[in-house]
Amino acid sequence: MVIEYADLECPYCAKAHLILKELPVTRVFRHFPVVSKHPRARVLAAAAEAAGLQGRFWEMHDSLLEDQGHLDDPHLWERAVRMGLDIDQFEADRRSAAVAERVERDFHSGIRAGVATTPTQFLSGKAHPGVPDASFIEALR
Amino acid sequence: MIEPGSPAPDFTLPDQDGNKVSLADFRGRTVVLVFYPADFSRVCTDQLSVYQEVLPQFEEQGAALLGISVDGAFCHKAFREHLNTTIPLLADFHPKGEVAKAYGVWSEEYGVASRSLVMVGPDGVVQWSYSSPPLEVPGANLIFDALEQRTPA
Repeated sequence: MVIEYADLECPYCAKAHLILKELPVTRVFRHFPVVSKHPRARVLAAAAEAAGLQGRFWEMHDSLLEDQGHLDDPHLWERAVRMGLDIDQFEADRRSAAVAERVERDFHSGIRAGVATTPTQFLSGKAHPGVPDASFIEALR
Repeated sequence: MIEPGSPAPDFTLPDQDGNKVSLADFRGRTVVLVFYPADFSRVCTDQLSVYQEVLPQFEEQGAALLGISVDGAFCHKAFREHLNTTIPLLADFHPKGEVAKAYGVWSEEYGVASRSLVMVGPDGVVQWSYSSPPLEVPGANLIFDALEQRTPA
């Protein structure tokens, strides 16, 4: 099992995702939005959580990371419609305090764990900052 | 590098706007000096971006952060805009690395400050210092831990 701290607007996280999705490993995702660098980071984290409340977290996660050229609100609605989400519910949820708290909890846990770069992966308690390199990929196989 | 209990060497350096900033200006407050090798290197970008995210929490605990590298003030200005950070960046540019040398964090091999954190107490005495192993980026947790372990002045 690998725990990933990532920012959905971060291009290095997108690269890491494309590597990790091909590996036979259980992925646990934690939000680590760095808003000063990526202004949409928290909005996207909340959108993924809101999709998650309708059982579509990973679909939204994959969709955002695999097309970071389309991250504005209309693009989020388009995704939600394509996934067959209840759009009113999605809109309410992604702005809710509960979802914001969930994202903040993830971020805070990352700070406490010493995350200082995105992405950072944890395997058996050891931090692997950055896009997975060859030796880390081997360890995940 | 400089050890806890030593008086922090005072310095005056220009910030990103060319204003002179002295350590002595911060007497009465806790200051965390963030020495880093260079503006615009990928690792530094992440380090300061993450500190920026938790800056309000550092401030709540009465701590100010100052970034210090050997880059010049104009470079700092561009880097600060690039990062969208409000952390002041000080130019240890001329004579190059003088402050880094005074704090024992100078890398002669690379001609830059090595990645290090120094916490200076309100009385101007070093309370905590940390030198990062090569290629590792010190997380904000280290600073929070050091702030929590402060002995009341």
